[in-house]
Amino acid sequence: MLKSKTFVKKTRSGGVMKIVREHYLRDDIWCGSESCSECKQESTVLQRDACIESNLCPYPHYLIPDTNVVLHQIDVLEDPVIRNVIIVQTVLQEVRHRSAPVYKRLKDIIHEKEKHFYTFTNEHHNETFVEREPGESANDRNDRAIRVAAKWYSQHLKTSKSDPDGLKVVLLTNDQGNKEKAEESGLLVYKCEEYIKSLIANPELVDQLALSNDDKNEITSSKMLFPEHLPLSRIQAGIKSGSFLQGTFRASRDNYLEATVFVQGEGEDSTEVLLQGLQNLNRSVHQDVVAVQLLPRDQWVAPSSVVLQDEGAAKDDDAEEEEDRALRISAAEAARKPTGKVVGIIKRSWRPFCGMLNVSHIKESTRHLFTPADRRVPRIRIETRQASTLAGQRIMVAIDGWPRHSRYPNGHFVRSLGSAGDKETEQEVLLLEHDVPHQAFSQAVLSFLPKMPWSITPEDMVKREDLRHLTVCSVDPPGCTDIDDALHCRELDNGNLEVGVHIADVSHFIRPGNALDKEAANRGTTVYLCGKRIDMVPELLSSNLCSLRSDVERMAFSCIWEMNHKAEILKTRFTKSVINSKASLTYAEAQMRIDDTTRTDDITKSLRGLNKLAKILKKQRIKNGALTLSSLEVRFHIDSETHDPIDLQTKELMETNSMVEEFMLLANISVAQKIYDEFPDCAMLRKHPAPPPSNYDILLKAAKSKSVEIHTDSAKALADSLDMAKVDNFPYFNTLLRILATRCMMQAVYFCSGMDSDFHHYGLASPIYTHFTSPIRRYADIIVHRLLAVAIGADSTYPDLMDKPKQSALANNLNYRHKMSQYAQRASVAFHTQLFFKSRGILNEEGFVLFVRKNAIIVLIPKFGLEGTVFFDTKDKATPNLVFDEEGPALKVEQHTFCIFDKVKVTISLDDSNIQHQKIRMSLIHPVIPGVSVPAPDVEPQAKKPKLDR
Amino acid sequence: MAGLELLSDQGYRLDGRKATELRKVQARMGVFAQADGSAYLEQGNTKALAVVYGPHEMRGSRSRARHDRAVINCQYSMATFSTAERKRRPHGDRKSTEMSLHLKQTFEAAVMTQLYPRSQIDIYVKILQSDGGNYSVCVNAATLAVIDAGIPMRDYVCACTVGFVDETPLADLCYAEESGGVSSLALALLPRGGQIALLQMDARLHQDHLEALIEAAMTACKGVSKVLDQVVRQHLQEASVNSAE
Repeated sequence: MLKSKTFVKKTRSGGVMKIVREHYLRDDIWCGSESCSECKQESTVLQRDACIESNLCPYPHYLIPDTNVVLHQIDVLEDPVIRNVIIVQTVLQEVRHRSAPVYKRLKDIIHEKEKHFYTFTNEHHNETFVEREPGESANDRNDRAIRVAAKWYSQHLKTSKSDPDGLKVVLLTNDQGNKEKAEESGLLVYKCEEYIKSLIANPELVDQLALSNDDKNEITSSKMLFPEHLPLSRIQAGIKSGSFLQGTFRASRDNYLEATVFVQGEGEDSTEVLLQGLQNLNRSVHQDVVAVQLLPRDQWVAPSSVVLQDEGAAKDDDAEEEEDRALRISAAEAARKPTGKVVGIIKRSWRPFCGMLNVSHIKESTRHLFTPADRRVPRIRIETRQASTLAGQRIMVAIDGWPRHSRYPNGHFVRSLGSAGDKETEQEVLLLEHDVPHQAFSQAVLSFLPKMPWSITPEDMVKREDLRHLTVCSVDPPGCTDIDDALHCRELDNGNLEVGVHIADVSHFIRPGNALDKEAANRGTTVYLCGKRIDMVPELLSSNLCSLRSDVERMAFSCIWEMNHKAEILKTRFTKSVINSKASLTYAEAQMRIDDTTRTDDITKSLRGLNKLAKILKKQRIKNGALTLSSLEVRFHIDSETHDPIDLQTKELMETNSMVEEFMLLANISVAQKIYDEFPDCAMLRKHPAPPPSNYDILLKAAKSKSVEIHTDSAKALADSLDMAKVDNFPYFNTLLRILATRCMMQAVYFCSGMDSDFHHYGLASPIYTHFTSPIRRYADIIVHRLLAVAIGADSTYPDLMDKPKQSALANNLNYRHKMSQYAQRASVAFHTQLFFKSRGILNEEGFVLFVRKNAIIVLIPKFGLEGTVFFDTKDKATPNLVFDEEGPALKVEQHTFCIFDKVKVTISLDDSNIQHQKIRMSLIHPVIPGVSVPAPDVEPQAKKPKLDR
Repeated sequence: MAGLELLSDQGYRLDGRKATELRKVQARMGVFAQADGSAYLEQGNTKALAVVYGPHEMRGSRSRARHDRAVINCQYSMATFSTAERKRRPHGDRKSTEMSLHLKQTFEAAVMTQLYPRSQIDIYVKILQSDGGNYSVCVNAATLAVIDAGIPMRDYVCACTVGFVDETPLADLCYAEESGGVSSLALALLPRGGQIALLQMDARLHQDHLEALIEAAMTACKGVSKVLDQVVRQHLQEASVNSAE
């Protein structure tokens, strides 16, 4: 029998389309029951003695649940007690449309033989197909279809003569209207709750019943999840009147239900408003400019220290409400912060996001969730037909909009970056995510490069001093090709010392305002990733013409001091020059020369002189209160062929490192003073603000726990007390404390001297500071070079250089690029660390507790400079008894109390369960806490490399 | 919206057919009196009209004439009202031209052209309603029209599309299935000898599956040929009854 199905459908572009489909009705769809003799089925699913012992139905029976029962009570249906259930095709299709996770679970049940679930294809059965009547809603029609199917079954089973006991079917529905109609037509029908409660053998099933209001018969969930955004006019009025605040939305990395809005106030005072809960976040995405309204004071909350990640699709609203509640608890009165809610979005800052696709459970589905690599960005729902190809790839997705009724924003696929885990792809992701401009230099930019072969012309020499005769040498890390500084030191006839710092003269090549200059200004800084460098200026300059390599003539900007042997500066002189470096050394080579007493060549003598002066300079600086902070930096040994990291070690610092550093600092300070004297309004300087006292809380608490006193009144007090801080039998304590102190610091920033009054550099304890010494890799230095050149009359000025607001805008961009490049660097190190641990397998290491959180401790492994989190509440395990003491801070897990600085032993492995966020997983080995710690796994001996047969 | 489930676990397709089942085929021959041969064929919701003129003398340029066989001239077109959205250009676009060429190749393989040297046979096919499998419906309709015109053929040419979903070949795809990202294959067969007149596929498919797919397509084509045979026999019966009267 043939029926034609006609319906109209809205197309994606908004048009209305009439769709005609054939619909065949069959007479060969069987009932699937064992007791049926009429149906010519080969195998049966439903059992003859279908017994679930129940008060209501003491006879053998089959269950037919309706859509809502399946959707809400899937937990119950999954129970092994519930067997012999007929899933009508109508229900199956509706479930498929409504909820992918439930559909997946239902399919799993159906495939399980023990459960005896049978799918009845009622829509194509010629006796059970129903046509939608005029005026009947789709839901009503579906309900009717289910009833008709149930009716058919009850009659079909009755007529089967082989069954004297009378197998019956029971329709389960929670919908009152549906139930009444079913009773009218003589069906056995119960509410799900009634039926489950009547089960004799299994009272515990009642607990699994999901609470639902009886009359929730609406199938479509057009529930509005979010409050409406106010129109811009009302927002502006609100901001003017002070009832709303404008600020930048910053989502929390650890907790997807929490965010802060950074409100820039007048001058210095800026506040942070806390937002908690999906409703209050109201569809804001990280970095949006939003308007917030403060909540009444009694609703203020404290930021929670719980780590929550949006695990996604499987979660219903109920679960979220629970998490909301989990947030609310806690909070002493004092810890509460101004809390608000987002009332409107002033400016979206949506950009394409990198991430990966979570392929939907339904194979043919075209809608999938996309998880951005940045945890602060919510998941995005996209529509794609190529999900299977995109799975496992890093892709870019742009957000299109976020409707009120949608839990996630809608977006679309932009492009694919390559398969995840691939080194190239990951690098691309990390550059894109940190907004690092990394495309090749354009032709326009390259056209401003000097023509090769290049040499110094007599015109170049006009304003330059010829310093080619000096014994200049450079000291850099191994493998460095962009050498931007070189040094010399020689004894003068009057017994004093002449010390010169020679910096590559990049501003000679990069003229203001051209494409090359603009590109460099935009890039702001060179970004160093593991095994890759993203240049700020084209390679011809960075590694050749500007690089102060040995035995070639290079142009430089020199800063020359006359000093006495006590390292007191007698005279300072700046000049453009031409130098010819005699040697480019590594730190280690330089150190060897200094230590090797047999060497007495000019270079070595010069190095010894520099080293001697540097020691004095350093001592003076520390006396003035400069901080020596610590942060562990790691270095990878990279396999030369595969570029995989083979070994990892923390960077070692040698005397020569600090030698070069001292003179660079000195040059920077001298130059800063010079350009500020000359241009008090538009000098590009660098400052490091003193941190607000509250920043030190963690440090103070931590020190106190070991009964060490730390003074933070001034940089000097801090430096001194850090020097004093020592604990017996704990040599690493001091380093740990310095690491903590580093975390308390503020970011150093570039600024334009005319726009600010506070110049102090806290960390270096210098009243004025700038960056002069690395023009190849920092744009700020190029500006400083230009200023200095003008100051000494070696170059002419140009309007933008003297324009305060423009300088200030430039400084902001440089600060932003600098910050991003640091993040990118860190991310690159993290990725390589993961590669390293992937190749190494499981390791057991000792570490120290660095921070204590409510549900976790953060452990530092000094050997690798690696930080990781040990969680105590894992999803699949029972949470141990956790007591968090905020004052300590200490966390009591069962019987053991963790304090800051505790020594622990952990096992490190790579957790690649989530390919997007592969992370280092640490679990506790020692101290042993039953149920929490893990037994120490055997460390796999490293596979020996096969020896080559010669 | 979740995409369409093309094949349910119970083995039913979107419209209730099983994997190997064809759509309902209905046909009539001799629908127009003025043409030499004509036929109307419905395969589910795809409906086509085929008209044959000839064999007759070459029209237009005589240079195309072959001294040893007849030239077959095919023209395929789609009615403007044949799809859900009105078609702008009923024939002459790239797709139609390609389809015409395919039809020509198919019928050159089936019709015994050597019997009519220096002449021409015109086959015009129009899709009146399109719901997937346009090529195969055209071939089937044209076969009937050619038979109606009394032009000798080696055998019926029967065509059918087959798609590949969940490791299962689906016979005779409808539009919803064709557009659901299925790799499909169209095959025209001379069923008695099992010779393939045309095989066309422009999707990716693993080579391992190809044989199974062709096998399924051949079975489907044989199914079609049975129906066509019945139609022809019935038509002849009616015709002989009419002429007897």
